[in-house]
Amino acid sequence: MTTIWVGIAAVAVVSMVMKAAGPALLGNRELPPRALGVIALLAAALLAGLVVVDTAGDFSWPLLAGLATVALARWRGAPELVAIVLGVVVAALLRLPGTLG
Amino acid sequence: MDDARPAEPPTPRERFSGGMRIGLGLAFPTFLLAVTFGATARELGWGPWAPVVASVVVFSGSAQFTLLTVLGGGGSLPTAVTSAALINARFAPMGLAVAPNLRGGRLRRAAEGQTVVDGSFVAAHLGGGRFDRERMMGATAVQFVAWVGGTVVGVLLAPPEELTQALGLDVVFPGFFLLLLLDEIRHSRRAAAAAGFGGAIALGLTLAVPAGVALLGSAVAAFIGLRGGPPEDAADEEVAAA
Repeated sequence: MTTIWVGIAAVAVVSMVMKAAGPALLGNRELPPRALGVIALLAAALLAGLVVVDTAGDFSWPLLAGLATVALARWRGAPELVAIVLGVVVAALLRLPGTLG
Repeated sequence: MDDARPAEPPTPRERFSGGMRIGLGLAFPTFLLAVTFGATARELGWGPWAPVVASVVVFSGSAQFTLLTVLGGGGSLPTAVTSAALINARFAPMGLAVAPNLRGGRLRRAAEGQTVVDGSFVAAHLGGGRFDRERMMGATAVQFVAWVGGTVVGVLLAPPEELTQALGLDVVFPGFFLLLLLDEIRHSRRAAAAAGFGGAIALGLTLAVPAGVALLGSAVAAFIGLRGGPPEDAADEEVAAA
């Protein structure tokens, strides 16, 4: 139990330091334009990484099919929540006994 | 405030509530993931308090699941903390990114930087590497409530993981990140290229290294932005990076 509490405390401190470092070091200085060019793409690169790591880490075909459905539905103009619900339904249907499993 | 940028029409309060609306969209998947976290932690013998305290003080799904998974799998404490630190190392470049848009002295900026979480970071991105401080904070506030509340529910109800899978609910979390990604790349070919490159790096790395390293590796793709400067509103001048 002590291990768990020490782990929680350590991870909390590390996370806070990671988030605090940039703002504390940079202060109110503006970033150079080239750095802004990199940062503008950071969200896209990290999000793609998150989706891939999430999917690969707990991989199943129904999960992949569900995500493909979400993307396709959104691409065809479905509202966000509808796209998610469609993806959930597809994954759930594929997991019914007797299908992909 | 003392910004030299052109004034945005909505007031800070309106931008904060705008952020809260975005946060509400993210609250559902966040809540579900938190329920899973609370339930899994309970199963692994964390007791009722540790998971809830972890959600309050760490407030990061990826890091908390990493800690849980490594410790639960018999890993040592240093291994668990290092893995979680690696997975949260992405907050360092994200903190740098939002820094110019925060307020106050270094200490206050460091405190404001704590409101950076994945969904809010993306929601607050105005394009061209600029961020809306109030929108980010509004989105984070709602997600914090959903995250802590979900953990409490997970600890109390402890639904089995097979149930969330059978209901297809494991699609919800990556699904929402996918939606955010689609929004991010819709109007920028360079963002789409960065996403493709970042996804490929992450995929290659997950086969060989822990998830945290793979995630951090995907950020490297953003360096294709070094060529040519910011895509949208920011100045076009060619200035060498320091």
